[in-house]
Formats: sequence, structure tokens, C-alpha cells
Amino acid sequence: MFYREVGQFKTSYAADQAIFPIAQDRWFVIAVALVAFLVVPFFVDAYLLSAILLPFLIFSLAAVGLNILTGYCGQLSLGTGAFMGVGAYSAFKLMTMMPELNLVIVFLASGVITAAVGMLFGLPSLRIKGFYLAVATLAAQFFLVWLFYKWDWLRNYSATGQITVRPRTFFGVLMTGESAAPAAKYLLALAMVAILALGAKNIVRGRFGRSWMAIRDMDVAAELIGIRPLVAKLSAFGVSSFYIGVAGAMMFILWLGAAEGGDTFGIQNSFRVLFMIIIGGLGTILGSFLGAAFLVLMPIALSDTMVDGLGLTAAFAKHLEYVIMGSLIIFFLILEPHGLARLWQIAKEKLRLWPFPY
Amino acid sequence: MSFFLETVISGLLTGVMYSLVALGFVLIFKASGVFNFAQGVMALFAGLTLAGFLTGTVPITHQINSALAMPPWLAIIATVGVMIGLAILIERLVLRHLINQEPIILFMMTLGLAYVLEGAGDLLWGSDVKVLDLGLPSGAVDWLLDGYGLYVDKLEVVAAVVAAVLVTALAIFFQKTRIGRALRAVADDHQAALSVGISLNTIWAIVWAAAGIVALVAGIMWGAKSGVQFSLSLIALKALPVLILGGFDSIPGAIIGGLIIGVGEKVAEVYFGPFVGGAVENWFAYMLALAFLLVRPEGLFGEKIIRRV
Repeated sequence: MFYREVGQFKTSYAADQAIFPIAQDRWFVIAVALVAFLVVPFFVDAYLLSAILLPFLIFSLAAVGLNILTGYCGQLSLGTGAFMGVGAYSAFKLMTMMPELNLVIVFLASGVITAAVGMLFGLPSLRIKGFYLAVATLAAQFFLVWLFYKWDWLRNYSATGQITVRPRTFFGVLMTGESAAPAAKYLLALAMVAILALGAKNIVRGRFGRSWMAIRDMDVAAELIGIRPLVAKLSAFGVSSFYIGVAGAMMFILWLGAAEGGDTFGIQNSFRVLFMIIIGGLGTILGSFLGAAFLVLMPIALSDTMVDGLGLTAAFAKHLEYVIMGSLIIFFLILEPHGLARLWQIAKEKLRLWPFPY
Repeated sequence: MSFFLETVISGLLTGVMYSLVALGFVLIFKASGVFNFAQGVMALFAGLTLAGFLTGTVPITHQINSALAMPPWLAIIATVGVMIGLAILIERLVLRHLINQEPIILFMMTLGLAYVLEGAGDLLWGSDVKVLDLGLPSGAVDWLLDGYGLYVDKLEVVAAVVAAVLVTALAIFFQKTRIGRALRAVADDHQAALSVGISLNTIWAIVWAAAGIVALVAGIMWGAKSGVQFSLSLIALKALPVLILGGFDSIPGAIIGGLIIGVGEKVAEVYFGPFVGGAVENWFAYMLALAFLLVRPEGLFGEKIIRRV
């Protein structure tokens, strides 16, 4: 009853092609955005902002990136962790070589560098398909992490092997390090994520997105109708890596402040982001956010309840957490293989009639 | 020259160890199209269980050492039983509900499974490093060391023999037995196999049990080499380039791929590693496999996929 498009007529092409064609959706998204921008930073405490919302935003962005490649273009990649690392290390080099550079430009430039690296490692996808490609992307994962350790120039010859963030301001507000206000970091991250997610939503609706989906559904047929696999696949790798690189740069600069090769950007991270898009829903932008929320919140909630609530020892709780995480993932896959986004879709279908089903 | 020979031999033998893990992958992929990422963790789980049985540890309460320590043969049989039980459990609880799903969903399922098994193994048997003492020989083969100055580890020779026996047994099983034929039928076409009266559920349980036993063998070999510990589960990552090099659905491919990767990795580490700062073995295997794949996208022995619109 409340979620009904009755009476909403589309009288122009523009209205027909709107991102959110239904008024309720439009209002809902605007309300969420308003709350996120205007209410959350001022009324939510610092722990929640910096330990949950910030990683949630950053992983959402990475998930959007991987979803473009895997969900929309059908190219399974296990190199996400390393690509985030490329973003982080580029950001580090950029901000130490050019201290005056605006942070947003640092983020975007790191994204561009990562896009170039991603396209390079995407080249084999033109010949290799399916799980063979997934394993081939592991080559990128391991090679890049090795490079992070061995190439001293990348981390300015720091003896600890770590890269650490330098104090930087954004229009006069301190953004990096421990002393920066969590709300400021959150707002910057939120703005970046909101704009980039909107961009992603539009790219996947457009010519590129359609060519990606054609490649995903059947590459031979896509080629026959005039889509060039080279352009489609490499653009998917490029755009996806751009998003992942920006996410990596934000992860390093805004969230962690320090990072070290395989510890931060190892294969665990690749799997984590992959889980997000599978649990959230392949081929949906919304799913990336839902999946990221699920996988950022779940471990924290689990370890909190087990260690603080039930009084288990940390080691025991850690092992039990693995078992529960794994079981939950399998449970969700069985329950709804198309992810949380599909559950949301079904809920919306139900809501059209609820509460008067006849 | 003898140093080069030693490098090659040690590479070949390490390659055999990789092949042992890769075999488990191939078995499951052949029969159900599932890319089983949990194979490495299954090897870890099997190794932990075996070590637990050997020392007579009671599950969960890994502080108390009871007097139930089993002799090796009994412990191995008991572990085989556990792995078969595990296979049946996986089929019942998970696979049965995921019939007809896309490969990526099944792949994710095995990742979840890897988490569960890893946590469960540690919960049941404790996460400390365990020594697997089955009385397997170790140290250098004496006559090679004395006569030719070559260092060859006995344990790795045993592993090679075991792998050869295992592959022969699997080949006979697949080609000659009733169940083996059913397995190949399922691998070829699920629906056609169902229509001639092959029970998918039984077949899957059998395949996962077989993969579990292969995992146990891998767990024994790797456990005897470097102790049963968490890092054992990471050998799955070592087995992946072997797999794509040989082809996902080829048992000989797993062996040949293992040998190529083993030698390539060792030679690269010794002769090329020092120039770029060492530790190249983490990625070299992948790059090598990638180079082969660019020439043959389905791996050396993989079935050629013909795609039609």
C-alpha cells in the first residue's frame, strides 16, 4: 500500500530513464543520504564512526569496484587485496612527493594508477576464462604483495617495512592520523563514496555497462553483435580497479593510517571483498553496500558477544568465530544465492500489497 | 652440475607434494564442477585429526592427554572414517541444497567450508603445532649422498611413491570400476547421468570422501615434513598454479603440472631469485602457469571447451 507506483506516470524520456523511477525509492535514497550526511556525524559517537562506519564505507567502495568486474562483466578476480594495496602505496607516494596535493586529488590519482595496473593484469582475461582466470589473477595478488615488500622506493626506504600516513588537512581540517576528528574523516569518505557510487550506478546503466553485461552473459554472442571484447573487458578491469584503488587509498589514509604489504593487502582481503559481493548480490550496486555492511558488522558483533557477553577466551572465540562465519556464509548461499539485494527486491514486491494483500 | 641436478630433483619431489593437494581439487572438479577451495584446509583438518588420534587427545579438551593413543594404522583408519563422515555431512547439509547453482556460488560455498573446517580443526584439536610421528623415514638417501654427493630427502621419495600409487589407484578406479564409470558419467553431464539412474547424492558423497582421503594423504606427507599447523592450509594456494597448468579436470595434468611447477619454482628461486631480492617462490609459480595458459587456455591436459552461441 505504501510502496506503490500507482499514479506515477512517466511522461518524458528523462523520467523513464531516471535512476530511481519510483518516487518512494527516490525519497528513501534522499532521506538516507540526508541522515548520513547531516545527522550521523553529529550524533553518533566516535567509536562507531571510526571502527564501523568508516570501514563500512571503504569496503563498500571496494565491493562496488569488484562488483563491476565480477558481477557485471563476469570476470572472477581474486586480486582485490593487492589492487587496494596499489591504491594505498600510490597514495603514499603521491602525498610524500607532492605534499601540497589536495586529498581528493590524491585519492583519484591513486585510483587512476590502480586502473592502469588493473588493466595490465586484466590482459590475460582476453584469452583465459572462468576459474582459470580467477587463479591467474592470484598471480597479480602474490606478485604485487611481493613487490610491496621488495621495492624499497615504494615505501620511501622506511626501515619498519610499513608505510605511515603524513598529517594532511583538507580545506583546513585535519584529516589524517589519530588526532583527526572521526566525523571529518567520515564525512570525506561518505562524500567520496556517495559520488563514486552514483557514478557507478550510471556507468552500469550506460553503454559500457550494457557491453559488460553482454560479455558476462555470453562472450561469443556479445562479440557477434558487435561488442569488442578487448574494449569491454579492459574497461571493466580499468573502472573496477579505479574504484578498488580509491578504496585502498582511503583505507590507508583515512582509516588505518599505517599499512604493511601482505598483512593489510593479503589474499584474506581479496576473499573478504568477494564475500561481500556474493552475500550482497552479484550485479547490483545496492548489494555491494549490503554485503559490506554484513561482513563489517558480523565479525565485530560475533567477537563482542562471545568475548564480552559469554566470557570465552579470545583464542577460543576466534576459532568459534571462524566456524560461525563460515556456517553463516554457507547458510546465506543456500537461503538466497542471489544475495541480500535479491531479498530486498522480494521485500519490495511484498510491500506493494502489504498490509492489504487482496 | 651436481648442484643443478640437486635443485631439479628437489624441485621434482616438491612438485609431487603439490600434486597430492592438486589431485583432491581435480577429483571434485571432475565429478561435480565444484572448484573446491577447501582442499588445503581439508588436508589440515585430516592432519590435525590424525595427530589427535595418534596422541590420544580428547577433542575440545586438548589439555588432557588420555591413554587412548592409537597405533598409526588404527589412527589412519579412524581418520579415513572421519573424512568419509565429513564428506557425507557436507553432501547432506550443503551440496544437496545447492544443486544447479552457478559455479561461483559453489566456489564461495567451499570458501565458507574452509572457514568452518579451519575453526573446527582448531577447536577440536588445539591450534599448536603438532608433530606427526608415523615412523616415516626422513633424512638424506645415503647412497646418493655418498656416491654422487646429492642430497635427496627420503620423506619426499616416499611421497613420490605414494603419489604414484595413488594416481594408479585412482586411474584404475575411474576407468575400471562401476562407481568410477558413474563418476565419469556425472562429470560429463549431470542430467544425462540422472536419467540413466545414477544417484547424484551418492556420487557426490563418494567424490568428497575420495577427496578427503587424498587430503589425508597430503596432510600426512606435509605434516611429516613440516609439522601439522595452520600454514598447512596455505598449500592450497601452492596447488592452484599446478591445477591451472595441468588443467582442472585432468589427473595426469595434476602430476605433470606439479612437476613443472616444482622444478620451475626451485630453479627460479636458486638462479633468478638473488637478482631481485629473493622470495620469488610465492608468485613465480603463478606467472609460470600464466605463461602456459596464454598458449593453452585450458591448461596442458584440460578438456578443450568448445563454445557455441
